[in-house]
Amino acid sequence: MTTKERVEHPIPNYIAIFWWLLGLTLVELGWAVLMEHSKLLLASGLVITAVVKAVLVAMYFMHLKFERKIMGILFASTLILGAILVSVGIGERVLPRP
Amino acid sequence: MTEAAITFDPHAEEDRTSTGIPHDKMGMWVFLCSEVMFFTGLIGSYIVLRFGSVWPEPRHTLNIGLTAANTFILICSSVTMVKALEWIQRGDPRKMKLFMVLTLIGGSTFLSVQVFEYRHLLEHGFNPHVSLFGSTFFTMTGFHGFHVFCGVVCIAWCTGKAFLGKYTTEHHQGIETLGLYWHFVDLVWIILFAIVYLF
Repeated sequence: MTTKERVEHPIPNYIAIFWWLLGLTLVELGWAVLMEHSKLLLASGLVITAVVKAVLVAMYFMHLKFERKIMGILFASTLILGAILVSVGIGERVLPRP
Repeated sequence: MTEAAITFDPHAEEDRTSTGIPHDKMGMWVFLCSEVMFFTGLIGSYIVLRFGSVWPEPRHTLNIGLTAANTFILICSSVTMVKALEWIQRGDPRKMKLFMVLTLIGGSTFLSVQVFEYRHLLEHGFNPHVSLFGSTFFTMTGFHGFHVFCGVVCIAWCTGKAFLGKYTTEHHQGIETLGLYWHFVDLVWIILFAIVYLF
């Protein structure tokens, strides 16, 4: 089953993904130079590009796009848990205490 | 020892998994989930500490150009890793070996550049004791570097196995499982580069 499962899905165009990753890295660098005085815009742009790059790697290089749903659920659940953890930490730090 | 144990075929066992996913691949995914939590802890701590603190501009201390080039090398090594898998799936072990060697070179180069960067920073007085930025920087990039080191060792091991002809079109789960780990290391670096170096 494993071999069949591997070859049944179409092989993605890995070189196209590479160019996307390279392009987004260059966009990140350019954004960091352009927005160095606006931290909010800088952070927003960097988060968006980093997330897009991470999703491309996970979906195509790690083949999450072609895996069974249970893998996606397993991986996403830890990401959601992590996001909650970080959000609570930031909230603790930023929001005024009663 | 029983007859069943003597005739045990691990590849036949792969076909009988309850999830339909090979055990080693499932194990790697579960491990990677724990790694997500590990790096979330580190990155989360960094973000929380940075909020409301006086923080130096990373570009004044760190060499962004060098690290951008290093990021490029790691992305390239991720591509060569996935190409190695593609070629063994297509039935060309010669190209698989070539791409495994290229991945090994890419990973080793990344580590070498990181060691060079550390030496340069330490020589210029930027170390884990100097500031909160210093301690968080060395902790996060150090743990990531350790993961890269482990990955390079495993890639060297699998490349050796590839040259011994241990992987075939039918049985190459080791390459796929190692690839998952290597791509995850790449994925983590993408996040670290954005928040530690560029923000």
